[in-house]
Amino acid sequence: MISITDLHKKFGKLEVLKGIDLKLEKGQAVVVIGPSGSGKTTFLRCLNILEVPSKGVITIDEQTVDFSKPVSKKQVNAFRKQSAMVFQHYNLFPHMTALENVMEGPVIVQGIDKATARKKAQALLEKVGLADKADEYPFQLSGGQQQRVGIARALALEPKVMLFDEPTSALDPELVGEVLQVMKDLAAEGMTMVVVTHEMRFARGVADEVLFMDGGVIVERGKPEDIFSHPKEARTQQFLSLISNTDAI
Amino acid sequence: MYLNSIFTDPVRLERLMDISQSSWLPLIEGMIQYTIPLSFIAFVLGLAIAVLTALARISTIKIFQVIARVYVSIIRGTPLLVQLFILFYGLPTIGVVIDPFPAAIIGFSLNVGAYASEVIRAAILSIPKGQWEAANTIGMSYAQSLRRVILPQAARVSIPPLSNTFISLIKDTSLASLILVTEMFRVAQQIAATNYEFLLLYGQAALIYWLVCFLLSLGQGRLENRFDRYVSR
Ligand SMILES: Nc1ncnc2c1ncn2[C@@H]1O[C@H](COP(=O)(O)OP(=O)(O)OP(=O)(O)O)[C@@H](O)[C@H]1O
Ligand SMILES: [Mg+2]
Repeated sequence: MISITDLHKKFGKLEVLKGIDLKLEKGQAVVVIGPSGSGKTTFLRCLNILEVPSKGVITIDEQTVDFSKPVSKKQVNAFRKQSAMVFQHYNLFPHMTALENVMEGPVIVQGIDKATARKKAQALLEKVGLADKADEYPFQLSGGQQQRVGIARALALEPKVMLFDEPTSALDPELVGEVLQVMKDLAAEGMTMVVVTHEMRFARGVADEVLFMDGGVIVERGKPEDIFSHPKEARTQQFLSLISNTDAI
Repeated sequence: MYLNSIFTDPVRLERLMDISQSSWLPLIEGMIQYTIPLSFIAFVLGLAIAVLTALARISTIKIFQVIARVYVSIIRGTPLLVQLFILFYGLPTIGVVIDPFPAAIIGFSLNVGAYASEVIRAAILSIPKGQWEAANTIGMSYAQSLRRVILPQAARVSIPPLSNTFISLIKDTSLASLILVTEMFRVAQQIAATNYEFLLLYGQAALIYWLVCFLLSLGQGRLENRFDRYVSR
C-alpha cells in the first residue's frame, strides 16, 4: 500500500530526513514517536508533498513518485490526493462554517455538485459527532470540535491514507479523548493511518506498529507492546524513560 | 472688509445666494458624471492591477518580482500630477494622444494599483501558512487556494486600508481638472472664472467632497461588520 525507499529531505544544508525506508499494508495504523526535531513532522509532510523530498521514492497505492528526478505540479497534485493531513493547529478555514469546511474539497477540487457534497459533509460531521455544529464558524467551536471538523474535512476527499501530526497536542487535556475516539473508530474501520503522537495509550490500543524516529532516521520499529515494554535500542529506552516521567504512558 | 461687505450689502448677499443656488446642480453633475465614475472605474481596475502586482511580488519567479517592484517604485516615487501630465501632455509629443477621461482612468488606475498592491501583499502575507497547507492537503491548486481560501481572508484584513485608498482617490480626482476632465472641481473652477466668487465655489466643492467621503466611511463600517461575522470579537 505505502512503500517508502531511501527518503531524504534537506533544508538548505540541514539534512532532516536521512534515509527512511518503510512499507505499510492497507489498513495498518502506524504511530510515529520521537524527540522534538527528529523529523516526524517533516516525514509526514513529505508523504503529502507539503515538503518536496530531496531524494527517495514514495509509492502510495498505484502511484509512484521518484524525487531524485524533477516532479511536475501535475504529478504532485495527483499524488497528494491520495493522502490527507490533519494538522496540530487544525488549520480550519475561518471564513467558512464547519459544513463549508468539509464541503470545500469535494465541491472545488472534485467538482461534485453542492447538494451531494452537502449530504456527504453532513454525514461526515455526524460521524465525528458534530452534526449539530454544521453551521458554526470555527471560532465558535472548542479545540476538540475544531480538530474533529479537521478530520472530517480530510476524510471528505476519501484519501487512501490519513496523516495526523500531533492532532491532540494543542488541546486541553479534557478534549483529547473525543479526538482520539474518532481516530480509533477510523482505525477500526480499516483506514490506513500514520499518526505522530505522544499519546501512549492511543499507541498501545490502536497502533499496529510503532516507529521510533531520532535524528532523521527510524531507529526502531515494532509492535507497541515490544517498543514500550522492551525497547532494544538505547536511544529508544532513553526517550521512553523521559516521557514516562511525564506520565504519558 | 470682504466679510463686512457681505453683511452690510444686501445686494451682494443676494448675488452670492443666487450664484450658490445655481452652482449646486452643475457641481453635483460634475460629481456624478465624472468624479464618481472616474473614482469607481479607476478603483476597480486599480484593484485588479494591485492583486496581480501583489501576486507577482510574492511569486517565486524572479522576473515577475522585478517588474512588480519597479512598477511600484516608479509610481510611488513620482507625483501623481506629474504622472497625469506625462499621460496627457507628454505622450502626444510622441504621437500617442489620449482623451482626458481615459488618460485620467489610466493614470489613477496605475496609481491605485501600486499603492493597493502593497496593502494586498501585506494582507496575503498575514494569512498563516497553515491556511495554504490546509488548502493544499485537500488538493487545491495554487489558483483555487488563492480564490477560495487566501484572498477572502486577505480581503477582510484589507478593507480598512483599501477604504482609505478609495477615499484618497476620490479627493485626488480633483487633479484631473488639470488635464481638462470636467469633474466637479473643474466645474467649480469654470463657474468661479466667470464670477470671481472663488471662496464660495471652492467651499461648495469642498462640502460635496466631504459629504461623499463621509457617506463612504459609513459604507466601510458596514462592510467591515459583514466580514467580521466569522471572527470572535
Ligand atoms: N521549513 C523548514 N526550514 C528549515 N528547517 C526546517 C523546516 N522545517 C523543519 N525544519 C527543521 O527540521 C528539523 C525537524 O523538524 P520537524 O518539525 O520535522 O521535527 P519534529 O520531529 O516534528 O519535532 P516536534 O516534535 O517538535 O514537532 C528541525 O530541526 C527543524 O528546525
Ligand atoms: Mg512536529
